[in-house]
Amino acid sequence: MEVRSRDYAALARAIIENTPDVRKAVSGATAAFDAARRQAYAEIDSEAWRRWAEGVKNHVLNHLDRYLEEAETRLLENGAKVHWAGDAQEARQIVAELALARGVRSVVKGKSMLTEEIDLNPALEERGVQVYETDLGEYILQLLDEAPSHILGPAIHRSLEDVQALFADRLGTSTDALPDDLAAAARSDLRSRFQEADMGISGGNFLVAETGTLALIENEGNIRLTTSLPRIHVALVGIEKLLPTFGDLAGFLQLTARAGTGQPIGCFVSLIHGPAREPGDDGPEEVHIVLVDNGRTNVLADEHAWETLRCVRCGACLNTCPVYKQTGGHAYGWVYSGPIGAVLDPGLLGLEQAAPLPFASSLCGACFEACPVRIPIPDLLLHWRRAAQEMGLTPVSERIALKAFSAMATHPGVYRQLGRMVPGLAGSAVVRRLPVLSGWTEYRELPEPSPRRFRDLWSEGIGE
Amino acid sequence: MKVALFVTCLADHYFAEAGADAVRLLRHLGCEVSFPTAQTCCGQPAHNAGMAEEALEMAKHTSRVLEDAEHVVVPSGSCAAMIAKAYPALGLGGGLASRTWELGAFLRRQLGVTRLGPGLEGKRVAYHQGCHALRELGLETEPIELLEGAGAQVVDWPSATECCGFGGLFSTKMPTVSAAMADAKLDTLPYVDWVVSGDPGCLLQLSSRARRTGSDTRFRHLASVLWEAADGGA
Repeated sequence: MEVRSRDYAALARAIIENTPDVRKAVSGATAAFDAARRQAYAEIDSEAWRRWAEGVKNHVLNHLDRYLEEAETRLLENGAKVHWAGDAQEARQIVAELALARGVRSVVKGKSMLTEEIDLNPALEERGVQVYETDLGEYILQLLDEAPSHILGPAIHRSLEDVQALFADRLGTSTDALPDDLAAAARSDLRSRFQEADMGISGGNFLVAETGTLALIENEGNIRLTTSLPRIHVALVGIEKLLPTFGDLAGFLQLTARAGTGQPIGCFVSLIHGPAREPGDDGPEEVHIVLVDNGRTNVLADEHAWETLRCVRCGACLNTCPVYKQTGGHAYGWVYSGPIGAVLDPGLLGLEQAAPLPFASSLCGACFEACPVRIPIPDLLLHWRRAAQEMGLTPVSERIALKAFSAMATHPGVYRQLGRMVPGLAGSAVVRRLPVLSGWTEYRELPEPSPRRFRDLWSEGIGE
Repeated sequence: MKVALFVTCLADHYFAEAGADAVRLLRHLGCEVSFPTAQTCCGQPAHNAGMAEEALEMAKHTSRVLEDAEHVVVPSGSCAAMIAKAYPALGLGGGLASRTWELGAFLRRQLGVTRLGPGLEGKRVAYHQGCHALRELGLETEPIELLEGAGAQVVDWPSATECCGFGGLFSTKMPTVSAAMADAKLDTLPYVDWVVSGDPGCLLQLSSRARRTGSDTRFRHLASVLWEAADGGA
C-alpha cells in the first residue's frame, strides 16, 4: 500500500473531524479487547510470563542466523519448500511465479499483515489470479476496497451498521441482520471460493526451528481451511517469527492469545509440518514457506530498534493506546499502526517516510505495560525522535524554540527576567498566533498565568 | 526534615499558589523548606522532543542546583519522573534520583502522613492519575489515601488512569488527537466538586479543553486541596 505516514497529523485530523463513527467504533472495540487482556493477564503471573517471553525472543534475535538455518533444515526434512525473499519485490515475485507455474487461477487467503506489507494481492491480480480474503474482517475490507486498520481486527473501524448496509447491498442480507447472520452470509459466499481455490496463502504467527512447525492462531477457522483445502499452501513469514523449541511455542500460543484478545488460547491453532505424506491423505500437495526480510535485518542491526523485532503482532498496544483509540490505524498511513507501528515503521520504511509517527504519542507508557514481550515502546519513541531531530526531519521553528528555551533554562538570570513577562505575553494577540500556541488555542482556551510567579511569592515570604 | 522544593517551570508560572500551598503543607508537617532560586526547568520538554543535547544541559543544570538537597519534593509526577527515571538514563548519577519525590509520594512514603485534617469532608473528588506518576513512579494509591484521609470522597472514575492527552509538545504538534483524548477522558467524568491531580501539565490540558467545550468543571492541584484539608478548610 502507498505509504502516507508523513501525513499523520492531517490524516488523524480528517478522521476525528469528518468520521466520528470511526472513533466511536475503534474506541468501543479496543476498550473491550483491552479489558479482556487485563483480565487475562490478572489470571496468570503475567510479569513472569512477559519476562520469559522477552528472554526467549531476545535469544532468537541474537542467534537468528543459526535458528533460520535450523528451521530451513527441518522444513525441508518435513517436505516443505523454503524460499528466501530479501525484499517485498522478491517476495511478490516468488509467490507470483509459484502461482503462474502451477496454473493457479484462484487464491484464498488467511489474514496476514506481511502480505499487506509487501502488497501481494495487487501483484497476483495483475497476473490474472483472483484473490479472495477469507478472514471476516478482511473479507469486509475487500468488499469496501479498504486497508486494514488494526493488526488483529482489520475492520475495527467499521461499525455493525456499516457491515449491515454493505452486506445488504452485496449479499442480500437484511439491513438489520444480526452479527451471526452476517457471518453466516459471508461463510456461505466464501464456501465455493475455498472449494475452487488452487492455492491458499497465509501468514505465520510462529515458526519453530527445532521441529519446522508453522503455527497459526485464529478464531474463525478460515485459516485452517486456507492451509489445508487447496492443493498448494504458501505461507509468508517474517524472519523474526522464529522460536527455538516446540516447548517455547506452548508458552507463546497462550501469552499471545491472552495479550491480543484475552483468550487463554485461540479457538483454532494450526500446527503445520509440511504437505500430505501420501497421495490421498488430507492436506495440500505442496507447502511453501517464504521467509521475508524486507528491512528486518537492518532493524536488527540498529542498537535500539532491534527490540521491535520481538513483536508477536498481538495488537495489545493498539488496544490500550489512547492515541490509537481516537483515530484507528488509517491515520498512521501504513500497515502497522498504533504504538508498535510508530516504532516499527521508521525501521522498516526508513525514518524519512515515517517521521511524524514517533511523535504521535503522549508517552503515557500504557503500551509497555500491555506488551507481552516487553518492547520498551516509550524509550524507542524517544530514540526515533532523537534520530528525527538529528536528521532535520522536524520543523525548524520547533527546533529553534526548544534550543532557545534550553538556553534560557540553563541561564537562571535570563530565565527569571523572561519569566516575569509571561503574564503580559500570554495575553498578546501576536503570541497567540505563534505556531506552537495556535495548536493549543485551536482546541483549548489559553490558560491564565498566575498573577505572581511562585518565585515572587517565595521571595515575599510565603505565610511567614 | 530538610526539603528543597523543585516547583517546576509550569507551576512557577501557572500554579504559583499550588506551589505556595505545597510549601505551607510541608512546613505544617514539620519540614524545613528551601527553594534554590537558580532552578528552572527539568528539561523534559527537550527530552521528549528528542533534543538530546539540550535535554542533557538542562538536566545537568537542575542536578547542580539540587545537588546539596537532602530531599527534593516536586509538585508534579511528570517532572519528578524526569529527574528520578530519565536523569540516570542520561548518565547523571549522584543519588539525586533516589532523593527526589513527587509531593504525594513524599507525604505518604517518607512522612507517613495518613490524616491531614478533616477539611475535605463532604467533597466529591475525581483524581486524575498522571501517566508518569502512575507508570514510571508506580504511584496510584498514595494521592487517593491522602484525599480520603482528609475526608474527601474519591469517586470511581472509569478513565482515571487514561492519559489526558497533554504529552507536552504533543499537545500542540498533534492538537486534534490531543484534544480528542481530553474529550474521551472528560466524557466519562461523574459529577464531582473538583477534578484533582498532582500534575500541572495534565491540569492545564484538561481545564483548558473543558473551558473551550463549555464545561464548568473545576480543576485543582493536589497541593492546594491537601493544604486546604490540613488548614481546616479555610
